[in-house]
Amino acid sequence: MNRQAQAVILLLLGGAVIRASVTDLYLRYVKEGLRPFLIAAGLLLVAAAIMTLWYELRPAAPRALAPTGDPGGAPAGGDGAAVDGGVPAGGSVDVPDVGAGGPADGSGAGHDGHGHAHHEPRVGWLLILPVLGLLLVAPPALGSYAAGQAGTALSSQQQSDYPPLPEGDPVQVSVLDYASRALFDRGTSIGDRRVQLTGFIATGPDGQPILARMVLSCCAADGRPVKLGLTGDVPAGLPDDSWVEVTGRYSDRLGRDPVNDAEIPYLEVESWRQVPVPKRPYD
Amino acid sequence: MTTDTDRAVPGEPGGRASAGGVDTGTRPPDPAGAEPPRRWLGDRIGSVEILAALLIILIIFREPIAAALDDPRVQTWTTVFVSIMVQAVPFLVFGVLLSAVIAVFVPRSFWAKALPRHPALAVPAASAAGVVLPGCECGSVPIAGSLIRRGVTPAAALAFLLAAPAVNPIVLTATAVAFPNNPEMVLARGVASLIVAMIMGWLWLRLGRTEWIRMPRRPELDDASRGRAFWAAVRHDVTHAGGFLVLGAMAAASINVLVPERWLQTLADNPWLSILALALLAVLLSLCSEADAFVAASLSQFSLTSRLVFLVVGPMVDLKLISMQAGVFGRRFAFRFAPTTFVVALLVAVGAGAVLL
Repeated sequence: MNRQAQAVILLLLGGAVIRASVTDLYLRYVKEGLRPFLIAAGLLLVAAAIMTLWYELRPAAPRALAPTGDPGGAPAGGDGAAVDGGVPAGGSVDVPDVGAGGPADGSGAGHDGHGHAHHEPRVGWLLILPVLGLLLVAPPALGSYAAGQAGTALSSQQQSDYPPLPEGDPVQVSVLDYASRALFDRGTSIGDRRVQLTGFIATGPDGQPILARMVLSCCAADGRPVKLGLTGDVPAGLPDDSWVEVTGRYSDRLGRDPVNDAEIPYLEVESWRQVPVPKRPYD
Repeated sequence: MTTDTDRAVPGEPGGRASAGGVDTGTRPPDPAGAEPPRRWLGDRIGSVEILAALLIILIIFREPIAAALDDPRVQTWTTVFVSIMVQAVPFLVFGVLLSAVIAVFVPRSFWAKALPRHPALAVPAASAAGVVLPGCECGSVPIAGSLIRRGVTPAAALAFLLAAPAVNPIVLTATAVAFPNNPEMVLARGVASLIVAMIMGWLWLRLGRTEWIRMPRRPELDDASRGRAFWAAVRHDVTHAGGFLVLGAMAAASINVLVPERWLQTLADNPWLSILALALLAVLLSLCSEADAFVAASLSQFSLTSRLVFLVVGPMVDLKLISMQAGVFGRRFAFRFAPTTFVVALLVAVGAGAVLL
């Protein structure tokens, strides 16, 4: 893979990352807090691509004038004027290690020949894959398959004092919040309030539909499900991965997740409706 | 797959390589490289043309490709793979940027002044330097490569490589948040990781051979124009380390999809087996060191010591790191360094768990 091709790949990768982070696509894969870093990294990749192309396409003229690879001299002077603001302009012509200047420049003049074939990383071709993944495929957020593979995430934290639920009837809570209150506080802080939560449908261990939502701490590779059993008006006839908004009350029934032997709290469903995939698919 | 690391001739016998530096630039030009490679159709079809053709084909066949990805397993694999890459890209890019600054703008004399002269003392100094650099492991590999290139003794650079992702403030804070009821976990993780980094640095001083590290020759770093050298370093490191990151991410995504958590349940009951199982899981999952504490917290069926092993091994040895190290330092290095680090990290973490947890 030669330098121009590398520049194109960097441009594509940077473009794909920027596109994913200015739309909401990135929320399927990582936490919201990463957005500024993603944009900055994408811009840097684009800058690296542009600078590579700039240096690749520009020095053709000076080298044609001095085909023997005149050390320092004309190409370096020309580049000194071209470097961007981040580079100390005065030092750009100075070679830190004078002894290495001559031979290095000599091989640099020859790199059009063997440099491309041997010194450029062929493994870089693989970077097309994440570009395709982001631009062409854009896989959906983790869903019921991943939820079935992993045990429910609520098994360790033993917090017991929960603040009272916010105002509202029904009150909007996250699946994670409801499940922790139901499990560790045995529903005391929920009382008989009506709660409304949004998650996707997955098939539980007993074949019944359960409500699940994935929790991320960093990226989808560490995504873990929070699972809720459903009783009462259970959403029926929906395929896995359908997103629903359910309204209901606390139920003291508990199930067990066979995957990691952790307890799964239940929700007494009063009503439910199908909703589109939310902008933030993870809790 | 790799660059010229495999075909590089050994450093000059008894030459300056024995001074602790690694021979990167003085390789005599090999005869094969002197003549330009034969290309079919002259110079017409290069990488750019292949790339363009590939992209056009992929866009044309977009529908069948999307249909093939419809299986939930393949879909989950793709999601996990893309998300590992998206998560790692900022860390990779900033690590590469820092390593390019080190390679191009920081003079060699700076490291001679900044680090203790004696290599055995430079190791703890470099490990401690890892504490202040918030980053994850994807960024620290190219940084360590640059340090070695700039004449830092490999022992110190390797100690930095191991310590930086494991003991920086972000990672320790994440650990504290993930284990609210076990604050001793933070201490145990920090202490054990520092000890492993220093042991590995000292082990390298005693047993390491500089010829194991084969860093590709990088003539562009000596370019007369620093701007050109800087961007050449960025371009090279992103495609090189990034390519190996893709390999590692694919492996980690496969493990993530193929190994169901149920299997772990049966291992958790045996204390010794559980330690070994979580150590291997840390290698296979290749989680970002900023996230692994949360995963460890969710593996509640396992003992605290085995979860400490998971947290100490993970940032130091995992699939994507082995892949990146093989690319940056050469395969002979990676295949010796990674297993040794694994064993040392496992033993130290078990010891720290016995004392502190």
